Amino acid sequence: MSESSGAAISLRGVERMFGEVAAVAGVDLEIAEGEFFSMLGPSGSGKTTVLRLIAGFDEPTAGAIELAGKPVQHLASYDRDVNTVFQDYALFPHLNVIENVEFGLRVRRIPKARRRQLAREALERMRLASFENRRPGELSGGQRQRVALARAIVVDPKVLLLDEPLGALDKKLREQMQIELKDLQRNLGITFVFVTHDQEEALTLSDRIAVFSDGQIQQVDTPENLYSAPATEFVASFVGTSNLFDEQAALRHLGLTGRYTIRPENLRFVATDSAEPGRLSGTVRNRMFIGASHRTIVEVDDLEISVLEPAGSPNREIGEAVAIDFNDSDVRKLRTTESIAA
Amino acid sequence: MRIPTPVKAVLSVIVCAVLAFVYIPLIIVVISSFNASQSLGWPPQSFTFEWWVRAFSDKGALSALGTSLIVAACATLIALVLGTLASLALDRFEFFGKEAVNLLIVLPIALPGIITGIALNNAFTTMLGWRLGLLTVITAHATFCIVTIYNNVFARMRRMSGNLRDAAMDLGADSFTTFRLVTFPQLRSALLAGGLLAFGLSFDEIIVTQFTAGTGVQTLPIWIFDNMFRPNQAPIVNVIATFLVIVSIIPITLANRIGGKAATGVA
Repeated sequence: MSESSGAAISLRGVERMFGEVAAVAGVDLEIAEGEFFSMLGPSGSGKTTVLRLIAGFDEPTAGAIELAGKPVQHLASYDRDVNTVFQDYALFPHLNVIENVEFGLRVRRIPKARRRQLAREALERMRLASFENRRPGELSGGQRQRVALARAIVVDPKVLLLDEPLGALDKKLREQMQIELKDLQRNLGITFVFVTHDQEEALTLSDRIAVFSDGQIQQVDTPENLYSAPATEFVASFVGTSNLFDEQAALRHLGLTGRYTIRPENLRFVATDSAEPGRLSGTVRNRMFIGASHRTIVEVDDLEISVLEPAGSPNREIGEAVAIDFNDSDVRKLRTTESIAA
Repeated sequence: MRIPTPVKAVLSVIVCAVLAFVYIPLIIVVISSFNASQSLGWPPQSFTFEWWVRAFSDKGALSALGTSLIVAACATLIALVLGTLASLALDRFEFFGKEAVNLLIVLPIALPGIITGIALNNAFTTMLGWRLGLLTVITAHATFCIVTIYNNVFARMRRMSGNLRDAAMDLGADSFTTFRLVTFPQLRSALLAGGLLAFGLSFDEIIVTQFTAGTGVQTLPIWIFDNMFRPNQAPIVNVIATFLVIVSIIPITLANRIGGKAATGVA
């Protein structure tokens, strides 16, 4: 495909200001060919802005965007080799399903017989062959989603951008579509850039994830590393749950300088009267049964520590005095917030 | 929803009363057009086609009808182009004073016709130095016809997902192709509905027309107004009125059909 860097998408120092407010700033990203890449963050964190900049619906106020090594930041979306699946699907209501799928081929002036054939193939791939004459208004959310996917992949893009495509679906359909998306990406072998606010979804699907907060990228890493070695407090608390120790708490309870995090499942209760009584001690405040596990909230001085145990662990009474211990290798040092801004 | 029977009865009576209030006068006009008596008397004396024959050979009425059709068609056409462009601009671009421009476009429909009439008369005759005639009537009618198109198109754009245009461009369509294949088809029914309304507004407009038509131009409403109280012409006026009722049923039915279709298409 591209002779140069090998990166399908590359963003350098990308910034988008709306008046005085920066929607995103200082965004550097390299997304490899064939990668399933997610942009994860709460709403307003800038992830959709970055997606729109890559798609060409918006122009950055500073920085450079390259697709397959070619600068594109001044190209209109119709001149970019990327296609988008919109959150609201954006199917053309006046066209039926097959006409929607054919749209990209039609504007490329592909002969009618050929484009009908290609559109049918795309619909069959999405198991929608029998729906080609329906209007979008006559389809369910899941079906519309698959039409939107068929419409985007039929023009054979190098990159597919997906803006919270599963956001409007119910839980069961969501999980089914996640599997379909992953399969689709594997079969097509093209780059997927997936925007979501759902950390579980991002962890399940992605090769790598960029975590966004306040218009900046906090960390870009594999799902495993994001979870086991979060770089910042934000990542630690947004991706899964975490026990955070700021400078004071770390010094007092862990005897360490800096900011640290320990995952709830890496904490364990130890007997208060044993030889090694554990490094944290406190009082049980709350205990919840959450399916496969128990979550216990323990008040350790001014901190609320969350401990996750497998179901069937010994019961803890509220108000009970407990001791907690952990392995040193599970204590993760966080980057300070200042070093992100720099 | 279940409605209790007494409530249903009361509602039916109210609906019938409203319909009667609106349609009985119209029916009287229709009946009078076949009434052999000259004096619009009631009850009608005997049946005749004479007025219908006379109306359709009345040069004044026919020429007024022609003028009205030309004025309404031209004003609607101008309004379709300008109203659509204005609503596209206001929907797509953010600029300082946008709300004010929006208000200024809509205002002519709220202004009393007499004000619009005087103002346009002044502007045409003094500032522009135009002779009052067909052109000034068309221009004047276009000022309020633009509003109905603008409102219809603007409302449709508001309901249209902004992502549709992005989606079209994303799939490779340039701005013009996007308008042709996506935006315009979405607007088609709004344009037709707005156009029919504009046509109707222009067709029965009388006050602004009085001020902008000068002496040579007579539209149908002005002809009716002038002939209504002439004893010889009164029955012919009834015929014209009846004819207009029949003719106006056609666009309303069409507009309803289109509206219905568009609604199911958008859902």
